[in-house]
Amino acid sequence: MLEIGIMHYLVVGGLLFLIGMVGVITRRNVVIIFMSIELMLSSVNLNLVAFSRLYGLHGQVFSLFIAADAAAEAAVGLGILIAFFRNRATVNMDEVDLLKW
Amino acid sequence: MTAVATPFFFYFLSGIAILSAIVMITKVNPVHSALALIVSLLAGAGLYLMLYAPFMAAVQIVLYAGGILVMFLFVMMLVNIEDLYVEKMLNKQWKVGLAATAMLALLMLGGLLRGAKTLPQQVVNLPEQNNVQQIGLLLYGRDTGYYMFPFEIASLLLLVAVVGAVVMAKRRV
Repeated sequence: MLEIGIMHYLVVGGLLFLIGMVGVITRRNVVIIFMSIELMLSSVNLNLVAFSRLYGLHGQVFSLFIAADAAAEAAVGLGILIAFFRNRATVNMDEVDLLKW
Repeated sequence: MTAVATPFFFYFLSGIAILSAIVMITKVNPVHSALALIVSLLAGAGLYLMLYAPFMAAVQIVLYAGGILVMFLFVMMLVNIEDLYVEKMLNKQWKVGLAATAMLALLMLGGLLRGAKTLPQQVVNLPEQNNVQQIGLLLYGRDTGYYMFPFEIASLLLLVAVVGAVVMAKRRV
């Protein structure tokens, strides 16, 4: 087997990002869309940690900030989801049109 | 540096991560999706360990798999998921979405193929014994604390997020 380099990790991160993007674009359930966004943020973290193997520890510190950002985004997003569910009694993404009219 | 990171572990962990991510976006029930996402994030923590980043692996387990996924499961208990099986899983524009994702995949493939030559061949000798200490020095150190101001901004962001989540969930908006 060939030696594992940084490129392998970048390919894995890119594949996870694409899977998360498919989940965000095609699913209708808002909860699964939020989970796909978390998966995309985590794959970006994987890229940054892989680059910190080449350029020093700064990538790991930056991925720590991205993790804090993901926590904040999940808290606010799930709060919005609860408020939306209280108004419309559904978690379907196609019904989210309060700002359209 | 002796190679702890053998190719078998890399392919094993990344295969688990990608397969459980695919399971996550194809399940109808969001509880099953959350469990698959936990498996994917734990495999990602294993990949961090292979990259000599034990602190980020611990953060991944504690924060993502322990904190955010518990919050997701808690919210799923609050919302109603009974009528999921009779509705459609995909929305109306899923074909266009898949086409856009395929175009982004081509773009990323081109970027990776072009950028592969520009990467430095030499890896940095990362200290895995005092990894947490080095990250702490980058965050808080008197002379080496390059990230002290961004750290304060991150704490402000978390405060705003807490207030926003409480306001959103508390009263009728």
